[in-house]
Amino acid sequence: MSIETTGMGIVGIVLLMVVVTLATRWGGVYVMSIAPISARVRQFINAMSASVLVALIAPMALTGDVATRVALCATAALMLAVNKPLPAIAVGVVAAALVRQL
Amino acid sequence: MGHTDTGLHQLDRSLVWAGFKSLTPISLFVTIFGVAFGLAAKQSGMSDSLVISMSALIFSGYAQFALLDLWGAQVPLVAMLVAAVAINARHLLMGATLYPWLRHLPPLKRYGVMMVASDANWAMSMQAFSRGQPGLGLLLGGGLAIWLFWVLGTWLGIHFGNALSDPKTLGLDMVMGCFLLAMVLGGDRNPRMCLIWSVAAIASLLAYRYLPENSHVIVGTLAGGLAGAVKGEQHHEH
Repeated sequence: MSIETTGMGIVGIVLLMVVVTLATRWGGVYVMSIAPISARVRQFINAMSASVLVALIAPMALTGDVATRVALCATAALMLAVNKPLPAIAVGVVAAALVRQL
Repeated sequence: MGHTDTGLHQLDRSLVWAGFKSLTPISLFVTIFGVAFGLAAKQSGMSDSLVISMSALIFSGYAQFALLDLWGAQVPLVAMLVAAVAINARHLLMGATLYPWLRHLPPLKRYGVMMVASDANWAMSMQAFSRGQPGLGLLLGGGLAIWLFWVLGTWLGIHFGNALSDPKTLGLDMVMGCFLLAMVLGGDRNPRMCLIWSVAAIASLLAYRYLPENSHVIVGTLAGGLAGAVKGEQHHEH
């Protein structure tokens, strides 16, 4: 099932995202007021937060052009070396630009 | 209101303002990420007002970047919801960890303060509590600072994006991918996380290849989440 990105569809998409985001910001507080969150559930939630980003990136790396792969490798290398997001993203973007100039 | 604890849950105008000022330096970085989002969103063909509304109302950088990845003539509903829930699931943990102090506030304030909860102000707030200082001013004031600079950055990115003729030649189509990757690698890096990432990546790629379109987000996320729940965290004695 999909939503058209025109007119009311766009309003619906933004509203749904707002509802989901608010539900998560409020949900943890609400759940704790009824019963504490178990360690196992906490681990599942933590692992899911990291996994969704990986699940989004993996096909991008597989199907992207050479510049895409070079950019992702450059960002990964910088993150592993200095662990600073902004320089890592900047180097990734510059790397993609350089490859496309060749 | 019960003032039976040490009063660490107190929240007044001066504490909120102090929190706003404490988080303002960090907000410079938030502005730059906002610029990156504004730029990337413009490349997805979104209107200026839509991009600004997203930053002002959704106020969740990761979720907004993820939405861009799914954006087209149509947006897949289930994949979008699963991605949004998974990305924002850490808010559940933030609320849970803040509960011991939030429980002293009346419900309206309690849930109102949580509307601007995000990574940086939550972390600062928890640090303050652990030092025995009031932390909810940091949560609310700091959250308002982050919100303001996130929207400001988005606005700057839109106008910068409107001025660019060919963002792809400049590598700017990679802002989103590099942002998400930097966020993945910026968290904990240990063998357990490597296992979770690997499971998520393999499941996502298999789904991308063999299952219906956009199911890779759902499959990868749930597979990684289950791997994390099964593998369990190792508790080191300090």
